[in-house]
Order: sequence, then C-alpha cells, then structure tokens
Amino acid sequence: MRYLARRIVHAVFLLFGVSILAFLFSTLAPGNYFDEMRLNPQISPATAAALRAQYQLDQPLPMRYARWVKSIVHGEMGFSFAYNSPVAPLLWVRARNTLFLTFIATLIAWALALPLGVWSAATLGRWPDRALSWTTATLLVIPDLVLALCLLILAVRSGWFPTGGLVSVGFENLTPLNKFRDVARHMALPVAALVLSALPLLVRHVRAAVAEVLEAPFLRAAAAHGIPRRRLLYQYALRAAANPLISLFGFSVGTLLSGSLLVEVVMSWPGLGPFLLEAILARDMYVVVGGVLLSTLFLIGGNFLADVLLYWADPRIRTRTAAR
Amino acid sequence: MEPLLRVENLMKQYADNRPLGERREVTALAGVSLSIYAGKITALVGESGSGKSTLALCLACLERPSSGSIWFEGRDITALGEDEQRRVRPKLQLVFQDPAGSLNPRLTALEIVSEPLIIQKRFQTQERFERAWALLERVGIPGEKAGQRPDEFSGGQRQRLAIARALALEPKLLILDEALAALDCSVQAQIANLLLELQSSLGLTCLFITHDFAMAAHLADEIGVMDHGRIVELGAAEKILRAPENKATLSQLAATPRFRRIANPLAVL
Repeated sequence: MRYLARRIVHAVFLLFGVSILAFLFSTLAPGNYFDEMRLNPQISPATAAALRAQYQLDQPLPMRYARWVKSIVHGEMGFSFAYNSPVAPLLWVRARNTLFLTFIATLIAWALALPLGVWSAATLGRWPDRALSWTTATLLVIPDLVLALCLLILAVRSGWFPTGGLVSVGFENLTPLNKFRDVARHMALPVAALVLSALPLLVRHVRAAVAEVLEAPFLRAAAAHGIPRRRLLYQYALRAAANPLISLFGFSVGTLLSGSLLVEVVMSWPGLGPFLLEAILARDMYVVVGGVLLSTLFLIGGNFLADVLLYWADPRIRTRTAAR
Repeated sequence: MEPLLRVENLMKQYADNRPLGERREVTALAGVSLSIYAGKITALVGESGSGKSTLALCLACLERPSSGSIWFEGRDITALGEDEQRRVRPKLQLVFQDPAGSLNPRLTALEIVSEPLIIQKRFQTQERFERAWALLERVGIPGEKAGQRPDEFSGGQRQRLAIARALALEPKLLILDEALAALDCSVQAQIANLLLELQSSLGLTCLFITHDFAMAAHLADEIGVMDHGRIVELGAAEKILRAPENKATLSQLAATPRFRRIANPLAVL
C-alpha cells in the first residue's frame, strides 16, 4: 500500500506544479478577455477598466493565483468571462463527453491491439507479421489530422454516418434502444479516427513485448510441458509481457486524450477540444487553465490506473514493497 | 539392446532472410545419427555453434528438423502433427542453460514445480502439491523455501528447481542443454552428483549436452563429439577418452584445462 500512497503524493505535487505553470503561461500571453472592447468605440476605457477591476484582473499575480486556488476548493475553478458563469460546471459537461469518447476509443484500440500484436509476434517474419508491420507503418506516417479529415470526407460522400455532434435532432423522443444506436452512429467516426491513430503504436509495442518473452527459456519449458499454442500465447506470454504493456496503457490514455481534443475539433464532437479552442481564441483564461488542469488530472488518472494494475498484476512488486 | 530414442540423419537448415540482400541458408545440423539407451547418460560434446542446442530443441519437438527422423516409442516423432507432438513432448523434458530465464519469475518454487502437472491436467490440486513437495525434497530444495520466487534462489538452486520441474512429468528422457555452464565449479559438481544420484535411484535417462569434456567424462556412459552439425565420433566414454580418433575430438580434448604436474591428464578426468 505504501507504493500506491507514494504515487498519490507524487500526483498531488505534479498537479500543484502544473497548475502554477499553466497559470503563469496563460498570464504571460499578451492581452486579456476585455482587450477586444477597446476596439469598440461604444465602450469607454473607464468601463473596460471597471470590468477588469470587477474580475480582479488588475491585481498582482500571486493574489489572483491564491483566489483561483480558493475557488477550486469551492468547486468553481474560476469564472468564465465569455459564459458569465463559474468554470467547473461548464468544463464538466464537456469533459464528460471527452472522457466517454476516450474511454470507448481506449477500449476498442486495446481490444484490437492485443490479438493483432500477439498474432504478429507469433508469426514473426512470416506473412501475417509482415502484412501487419506494413499496415501499421503506413498508418503511423499518416498524421491524425489527415486521418480524421479522410474519414470525414468518407462520411460526407457516403452519407453512412453523421458528420458531427453527439446526438440527432429529436433524440429525446427516441426509445432507449434507438438512443443507443443514435449515439453509437455519432461516435463511430471520432472513435474510428482515434483508434486508427493509436492502434499502430500499440500493435507494435505488443508485438515487440510478446516477441521478446517468446524467446524466454521458461516459455520454451512450458511448450515442452505440452501446453497448447493458444494458451501459451495468451496466458503465459501475454502475462509475462504485461509490465511494459501496462505502463504503455497509462501512456496511451494520455495520447488518446490529447488526440481526442484534435479529433473533436475536426469532427465537431461537443467535448473539451472545441470548448478549449474557443476559450483560447477568446482569451477566456480561467477556462483555458481549468482545461489544462483537468487534462493533467486525466493523464495522472491514467498513469495511476496503470500503477494500480501493475501492483495487482505483478506479485514481485507486491513482495518487494511489502519487504520494505 | 533396443535404444530408447534413435536419431537418423537429422538435418536442420535455417533460412536467414534479410530485408535486403540474398536469401542464405544456415546449416545447424548436417546429418546427425545417434542412439540413446535407457538408463544411461549420453553426453554430447561440442564447441559453440556446432549444433548441439538445435539438436536438443529438435529432440524435444520444439523445432522441426528439415529432414531425417527421430524414432521414439516405435514412431517417427518428426512426422507427427502439432497435436500429437504436444502429447509426446511431456516425455522428453529439457533443462536449459540459463537458470535465471528458464523459471517463470512470477511463480513460487512450489508453483513452478507443479505447473507442468497443471498444464497436463494430471492429478487433483492436493496431489499436485504433494508431488511437487516430494520433488523439491528430492532435488535438495529445503521445504521452507518452497514459497519463494526464483529471484530469491541462487544459480545452483534455480537449476535444481529446473530439474525438479522437468522431472514432474516423469519423462523418459531428460535433455540437459549446457545446464551446468552458468554455474560455479563447486555448484557444478553438486548438480552433477545430483544427476548421477537420480540416474541410479530413478533409472533416469539423460542426454547431457556440454562443451566441457571433463564434465562429460565425469558423468557420461557414452560420449558423442559434435563438430559443424555432425557427430564426428561416438562411443563408450572410456574409449573416446583413451583413444580419440577424430581431429575435432583431439583438439577439444587438448583444450580441456588440466593440472600441469600430472603426467597423464586423462587420469584426473
């Protein structure tokens, strides 16, 4: 348990550091939300200054940071100028959609990567492995943006999939089954884009990890004991190769999350991506900083999950930490 | 006497495919013939790259030879399908060179030794563990260490574990592929004595693969000398040591370290 407790302490420090840096960088950027008003002749400089004072943008940096931290404790995370509302509830609605998308994409990507990678490792150097290697290499060199745009063009030309949003008009009146189908149809494209962008890396890592342990004498010994091939690959080899793959899992949650922000913008998925982009362009700084903080939290969450899995999956880590 | 296992003209070529460049073939076994008799220890001596380990893998049905045959229990086991080979494998068990890598690092000693029985679905859980206990005792692993994992054992103890694991399936033939090479001299002697003890108490048949002529001389009833994928000399251990005929045998014997002051080096072997 000490092992996990230490990880939590690390996470708290990391979150603290990221919040300070994000806050600093956002104030380093020139201008603020109210600067646009200066171009508007109907608003007097005095009004703009009054607004800045009202939102305490004229106060020194440490004061603003302290205030912001206090508002996080109150569950507000600062105030959005553009939406005229606390940031937390705004972020939460979008974050839910982003998490949903990332969760499904992670699930599908790994569900595909594990068997494909094992298959590739099991047929090392023969045609399934070669075909897979070529495919993953090709996918790897196509940028995510191009991939997403291609899928979008496909959807528009074929008309098989809706090209944006989370649900159709009139969603409220659908039966539960049709609601599910409607969301699934809307998700198909962004999930496909995310899975295709993450899959090649995952397949290659699974292949490398499994191919390495397949060489291990103790797997040869298991083969000599007469274990069926399938069980050798999926039960023994995959478990022996699990540690680097679990760490990769934590990492993949992070990349899928950041990839998701981009895909969301292209596919107009109502998640954090478009919301943050809009906030950055409008210099709605608390929304931006809040979004950064939330993304960091997800990332830490992913890695923490990987740590817990690692602890659970490897008896050696358990005994080593228990011995301390 | 009918041999337990008879190898006839076994060949193995590996294709060496590089992404760019011509296809080349590497010959690991260039026609090996060999008989192994029940209850005896047969040693195969050869330098690295002479094809010893490839032969071990072919005998254990873990690699398929390119041609030739291996006769065991009245059948050519190289001609069997994958499923049938899987049923033959438990009878031909291996002990590998690397004592650290050959044991599953996640399992305890007791689990490692009972694992082959689980794979083969032999016995109930209770009896599996009883048998594993007996095997651990047999190879000299103290009972209080049964719950420890491989990284807590010394090299010699790991090799004892590997031997116990191989014996769990009561194999007809135990193949030791350089099983002593990674151990200290004194530990080598202990394991060698364990093998001799197992041979006399269980009537175990061993194929002992090594580059160490001295150890082969100490253990084996029969010695085969391998060179470049062939067996160049084969016969009773005594005969090979007293009157070697082949050049490769001579050069390997000459390379065996010995005590300088003793006139006849073979006397200490």
